[in-house]
Amino acid sequence: MTGSDHPARRPPPDTLARTLTVGLAVALFGSLLVAVATEMLGPRIDANAERERQQELEALIQSLPGIAELMSGAVEGAASIDAVVVDLASGETVPGADPAAADMRAAVDDPARSTELAPEDDAAGIGRRPDRGVAIIVRRGGEVAMVVLPVFGQGFASTMWGYLALAGDLNTVAGLTFYEHKETPGLGGVIGDDDWQAAWAGKLVRDADGAFRLGVATGTLRADATPHQVDAMTGATYTAAGVTALLRFWLGGLGWGPYLDRLAAE
Amino acid sequence: MGAVSGPAGGGMNGTRDRARTLLGPLLAENPITLHVLGLCSALAVTKTLLAALVMSAAVTAVLILSGGAVSAIRHQVPRSIRLIVQITIIASLVIVVDLVLQAYAWELSKQLSVFVGLIITNCIVFSRAESFAINHGVVRSMLDGAGNGLGYGIVLGLVGAVREVLGSGTLLGATVLATASGGGWYVPMTLMLLPPSAFFLIALVIWGLRTMRREQIEAREFTAPGPENGR
Repeated sequence: MTGSDHPARRPPPDTLARTLTVGLAVALFGSLLVAVATEMLGPRIDANAERERQQELEALIQSLPGIAELMSGAVEGAASIDAVVVDLASGETVPGADPAAADMRAAVDDPARSTELAPEDDAAGIGRRPDRGVAIIVRRGGEVAMVVLPVFGQGFASTMWGYLALAGDLNTVAGLTFYEHKETPGLGGVIGDDDWQAAWAGKLVRDADGAFRLGVATGTLRADATPHQVDAMTGATYTAAGVTALLRFWLGGLGWGPYLDRLAAE
Repeated sequence: MGAVSGPAGGGMNGTRDRARTLLGPLLAENPITLHVLGLCSALAVTKTLLAALVMSAAVTAVLILSGGAVSAIRHQVPRSIRLIVQITIIASLVIVVDLVLQAYAWELSKQLSVFVGLIITNCIVFSRAESFAINHGVVRSMLDGAGNGLGYGIVLGLVGAVREVLGSGTLLGATVLATASGGGWYVPMTLMLLPPSAFFLIALVIWGLRTMRREQIEAREFTAPGPENGR
């Protein structure tokens, strides 16, 4: 590098004061830059993520078996799809509540709209449970044909956000999808894959005795468990356990259990 | 880092000099083909031309801004912390670029995934800061950044175009070769959809360039033992 723009300029002296000042100034400038960008672009990014979630939900509903006939009206009786706001503790629907305002993701961090869970109750590892949730319910001729429930829980490296769809008997899984997670790509990350999600269709939540059996197998998938469980994922023990735990939680008494009981009693 | 230093300053700020700073890295001193830097992203994001172009634009923006910023404070930064200062500047800029992509090109930013964040560790950005911007004026450093970004973009664009046409039969999403699965005649080369194909293509580009410009051929680092001088 012979003859630069400013030849014979000596580098600044390495004093402690200068090192600290320059270091702090650069760090401050960098943080300011990032903070301003986050503040200005945040709303747009959130809107993009929200649109993505809507698309995933629509894709899940479209991919459910039999939904096309339901929607086209080819089956006897008109089908309707409604989003209902549910008070999770009582299982009652809240008439007139705006589904868009009852979003679980926003409520989970808001102490006014969520309830802290005791550690022994918190199977899904979510800390707080939103007080309300939005269920999407498909009816055919007045009968419940399908219900889609938002679920989420702690995986290995992230919170896994998804939807669980149950068929009209409320005991058969129609579909399970995770639209957002940060599990290890190639290992736990398979929960985002269509193949893995397709394996859930037709699994039964409870056995004939009413015991909860739904989940990911631990170790070999035994023959007597195949009606209820999907195969384990290699190298993703924590993710698998997290999925099982969140299903157990959200289908239990602290999750959607009370609402499902009410639906079943209809 | 002597091996990756840019064109020597020449001691003046003439227009020709500036043009050389900007245009030199396009072919003669291309960061990918001559210095063989920045290959990781070149393999990963060249499956489609659009992804390659957006990635190149992101790298170019970071190169120009980091070149300018590092150059602007080069007389203030003590040598002992100059690397960490450069990294801090580059990292902040990359986060901003990543946010801009997420806000205005959501689908593409998901496609580029971690590779936008990994611009921080892209050797091209760091080598330009450390070997050029720290020794040159602000305008020259930004020109150098632009030149290197464009040089990176030319190679990525070329590889991306070839991979998209041969791998998917499309260019920027528009059908060029009607694929067999879509009722046409062209059976796509699956290899072109996989990262190794970018290695082959970049190697072909380097081979072509070094055949045309023999001065780019590096000296052999060692001679393999033959039967006559063997053990």
